Amino acid sequence: MSNIIFINCDEATAICNKNQYREASFWEKLKLGLHIFICKKCRQFSKQNTILTEVCNKHLHKCEDEHKLTKKQKEVLQTEVVKRVK
Amino acid sequence: MSEKPKHTLNPNNWVGAHSDYLFNYTITRVDNSELAKDIVQETFFSGLKAQHNFRGQASERTWLISILKRKIIDHYRKINSAKGKAEIRVNFYEDGDKKGTWLEERVPKMWDNEAEKNIENDELKSALDSCIKNLPEKYRIVFLMKNVQHYETEEICNELGITASNLWVIIHRARHQLRKCLEDNWFSK
Repeated sequence: MSNIIFINCDEATAICNKNQYREASFWEKLKLGLHIFICKKCRQFSKQNTILTEVCNKHLHKCEDEHKLTKKQKEVLQTEVVKRVK
Repeated sequence: MSEKPKHTLNPNNWVGAHSDYLFNYTITRVDNSELAKDIVQETFFSGLKAQHNFRGQASERTWLISILKRKIIDHYRKINSAKGKAEIRVNFYEDGDKKGTWLEERVPKMWDNEAEKNIENDELKSALDSCIKNLPEKYRIVFLMKNVQHYETEEICNELGITASNLWVIIHRARHQLRKCLEDNWFSK
């Protein structure tokens, strides 16, 4: 049974993950804050989760290099399309 | 009401004008170039069959993209149904009395202080990349759409045909797996 105020570690980590994208609601953040105050493991998880987010923001970039089809692939594709146009 | 000049379709030019754009669009979503190529081809074929439905209100490319999106969703649904819906809870945590608490092997370990501070490291980047490669495909797609392409939750849900709670379960699992992987390969003392 999930409590209105006290949540378990499963729920706490789920809210913590949502909060990494700033999409946790006010109540969720409140419940998370309270849980973290009393739960050492989740406190540590939360701290590490913030680091994980920083690592991702630092190192994961939108792939800059454009992906392109090769000339050969395009030729094949063109032939296939034109065949079906008629 | 004045009619806007209508757009037209010119299938003979599709490959030259749109194939790279569609391919690039697809590959950032399916992460497999062979598959992306096939999906682009299917999009063109479907476009040819559906030419009579083209009303000329949108540009040729926009129209093709809307077909492509359906194809990507179809692909995504295929993966999703093959492996069971993501809605079920994963057993990160014990059942019974201790329901909702940490499993012994999942408890966060202490991380090395130095490693925590040193997140600019290039080797960390490659560790992260390989951890992400190890994620199951459908987790990886959603995680990358959220973290790299910064899509809104609603957009991802629409595009992939999943619910918001479904999305958060996927993100939850992906991040747990990623956290564990980086802990084992990088942050552990």
